[in-house]
Amino acid sequence: MNYTSEETLVWHKACAVDDIPADGGACALIEGEQIAIYNFERRGEWYATQNLCPHRQQMALSRGMIGSTGASQEPKVACPFHKKTFSLKTGACLSGDDYQIKTYPIKIEEGFVFVSL
Amino acid sequence: MKKKIVVVGNGMVGYKFCEKLVAKDTNGSFEVVVFGEEIRPAYDRVHLSSFFSGKTAADLSIAPVQWYADNGIVLHLSDPVVDIDRTAQTVRSHHGVVAQYDYLVLATGSAAFVPPIPGVEKDGVFVYRTIEDLELMQAHAQKAKKGAVIGGGLLGLEAAKALLDLGLQETHVIEFAPRLMPRQIDEAGSQLLQAKLESLGLKIHLNKNTQQIEGEEAISAMKFADGMTLDVDMLVISAGIKPRDEIARVAGLEVGVRGGIVVNERLQTSDPAIFAIGECALAHQMIYGLVAPGYEMADVVVHFLTDGDKTFKPYDMSTKLKLIGVDVASFGDPFVQEPHAKTIVYENSSKGIYKRINVSNDGKYLLGGILIGDAEQYNMLLQNVKNKTLLPPDPEDLVLGARGGKEEAGSGVLSLPDDALICSCEAITKGAIVEEVKAGNNTLDAIKKCCKAGTGCGGCVPMVKDLINETMKAQGVYVRNVICEHFDYTRQELFDLIKIKGYKTYNEALADLGKGDGCEVCKPAVASILASLWNELILAKGNDTVQDSNDRFLANIQKNGTYSVVPRIPGGEITPDKLIAIGQVAKKYSLYTKITGGQRIDLFGAHVSDLPNIWEELIEAGFESGHAYGKALRTVKSCVGSTWCRFGVQDAVSFSIQVEERYRGLRAPHKLKSAVSGCTRECAEAQSKDFGIIATEKGWNLYVCGNGGVKPQHALLLASDVDTETCIKYIDRFLMFYIKTAEPLTRTATWLNKLEGGINYLKAVVIDDVLGLGEQFEQEMDLLVEAYKCEWKEVVNNPALRKRFTHFVNAPTVKDPYAKFEPMRDQIKAAEWTK
Repeated sequence: MNYTSEETLVWHKACAVDDIPADGGACALIEGEQIAIYNFERRGEWYATQNLCPHRQQMALSRGMIGSTGASQEPKVACPFHKKTFSLKTGACLSGDDYQIKTYPIKIEEGFVFVSL
Repeated sequence: MKKKIVVVGNGMVGYKFCEKLVAKDTNGSFEVVVFGEEIRPAYDRVHLSSFFSGKTAADLSIAPVQWYADNGIVLHLSDPVVDIDRTAQTVRSHHGVVAQYDYLVLATGSAAFVPPIPGVEKDGVFVYRTIEDLELMQAHAQKAKKGAVIGGGLLGLEAAKALLDLGLQETHVIEFAPRLMPRQIDEAGSQLLQAKLESLGLKIHLNKNTQQIEGEEAISAMKFADGMTLDVDMLVISAGIKPRDEIARVAGLEVGVRGGIVVNERLQTSDPAIFAIGECALAHQMIYGLVAPGYEMADVVVHFLTDGDKTFKPYDMSTKLKLIGVDVASFGDPFVQEPHAKTIVYENSSKGIYKRINVSNDGKYLLGGILIGDAEQYNMLLQNVKNKTLLPPDPEDLVLGARGGKEEAGSGVLSLPDDALICSCEAITKGAIVEEVKAGNNTLDAIKKCCKAGTGCGGCVPMVKDLINETMKAQGVYVRNVICEHFDYTRQELFDLIKIKGYKTYNEALADLGKGDGCEVCKPAVASILASLWNELILAKGNDTVQDSNDRFLANIQKNGTYSVVPRIPGGEITPDKLIAIGQVAKKYSLYTKITGGQRIDLFGAHVSDLPNIWEELIEAGFESGHAYGKALRTVKSCVGSTWCRFGVQDAVSFSIQVEERYRGLRAPHKLKSAVSGCTRECAEAQSKDFGIIATEKGWNLYVCGNGGVKPQHALLLASDVDTETCIKYIDRFLMFYIKTAEPLTRTATWLNKLEGGINYLKAVVIDDVLGLGEQFEQEMDLLVEAYKCEWKEVVNNPALRKRFTHFVNAPTVKDPYAKFEPMRDQIKAAEWTK
């Protein structure tokens, strides 16, 4: 999880909490960048990653299914295009390729989602 | 102090060397610099011909440039090494980069051997080695009509396939020897292969010595030694390979008389600090022109550098491939014959199958053989040769299968010795795979991940699967195909449980029947079960985010992230007004339009935020969802039938509309396609559908479990001459039985193939009602039919659901700037995706 309280972070208001479907994701435009935001409601967790799937360079991760894998219940997202999966915590590709996606700090305040780039 | 390694050449073997070194060199004791001549990093040259059947350069790529950087490897592309200074231990590249080495690895590969025929320099004459060659061929082929390939060997026939794929009107194969593939297969096999390839449209000329290539600037004809002339406007030379040993020669390294850098069994050249691997190396007086021995060479050198001890042994050159759709395999010693061995031959020219096995004189061991037309037994036979397995008393059973009620002959995968090599690309033994399975890596994906078996050419995948299942069975594990790590149930069990408990949402099912948070496998599987059971709106009750992407947005995601839209056009019947309405919508939203294979119209390039507006207009014009995005009934195709056709015996269009409207929106383990033909001429191609209906004088014949796709399969006759009502009744029962019992993402054809008792059992269930469930199936289907609603209509009228159709939640009117289009033939296409 990327909760953090460091004061050096610059937070951008992304959207309202209700804008992101429960146990799913949506994309927000922040400072010209496409950021995928995930509301992992059943775990009470929020994540943010790049929206671009590095496999075929498609802006699609926010439309992917989320879930978890393994004994550690690593939270993950699966790209809708070819089901490459990525850890929401570390951004590492979990389906055996050498891809890495960016993850961002995220926090919820007063019904709004904030992301730090 | 880190040791410096320079790798010259970035082909498949050069890359494999880097990959293996990275894996072995865990404490980072090497610095690696790679020079490659081509503009791209290493790509899959083995499957080069798939470039013409739709694969892109990106698909063929093995690892992106980023991979090298991530692993600390310096990669110079488009920059071949031109000089080696062995005294200073440096190399110099074309662009002047000088790199110091402690060890130098030459992986320069090979070039096409071009015989000195006058005229080879003319336009339209190509070789077939690199993606650039293919791009040149592609450009030229657009204006070419007749093509030829010099070389009837393995590579030549691959090139011929490429010409067929490029759509040339005629493709000729010119071979100097009296038969095709002279190095791999015998005379009889060759004749059979030739007949088969000729039936596929190749024109084959044997015993032909090309003397001259004629034409002004560009090739116009080929002239042969026997006086014959052949008009062609395109020629591919694929007559063999020649090792790239130029820089080794200049550097004074020992090379073979006919080329190739001489190496010892540790792959060292005459300079012990310099290695040569792959097709540039002459090992055991031989050039190994296959990728598997090249990988083995890479492994040997990596072992040497990391203080291991391994030598390169003469490598088995057995090979199996699909040539223009025909299986060809050659293994062990394919040619040995009497008096040194006994030969068993099976030939069936009507089916195009030829099998030869060579057995030792004492009948104990398999020495080698040839398989054409059907190479399913290749892996087992090769293992028999390699491991000197004792043969069964009737060795012909190995290729013919056991006859006379006995168990299948030969030996199962588990009887192989532990050191039997299963995956030769990655050098993984049977023992290693069995150990991994016992350690819990008991799925194909897990095996691929933990030891890479099956990740190369993929040829061993069926064996790996058998090994997994057999090992688990041997451990007393009852092998069940459970959904995934979150649900320890088969789909059928889960279906029954969800029904009995009456669950309506994924979260309810997960809370009670599963564990963890779910994943991209169980979410759509459960979503499909819920839809098949209750037929409620799939986007309601929080089930939206468990749908696969296409179902979540009720449209088909396409290459640039935009969607395609398919309105239902039952039976393919449409009024002029509706055609106009589709045209107007397509114009308004700048969509690409295409007629689909299922007699519908697909509108491509819709931004996600336009989807509800597009559908609002389509619904207004009288359309409803076509469910092209769902694992659901797609289309019921029809021919015009007795309403217009002078041959038609029944009204196929009316019946197909009736069938399509009954089952529209029906969700199933996989998509469902259907068709109705108005007479036995079968213009609607009903026998290739999941259920297909053909009119007879007396009623309808119902066929089930057909399939096009990857593995075409004709549908089988379930019932004949039934009336309309009975036909619907049987379809109801058939579909419900399939929906309840099939595994996820299993089409009806595969389902039937796995169904014990096959079509006869299916007939017993559907027609004779041996399970006593017939009436229940019909009632359940009636409930689903009654519950049907057009899901797009529901979304269009529901502001909360509509809101989800945006690309940016915080900027709903902004479209994805990454969704790019290119013009093509007065319409648009998705911009090509990159890697």
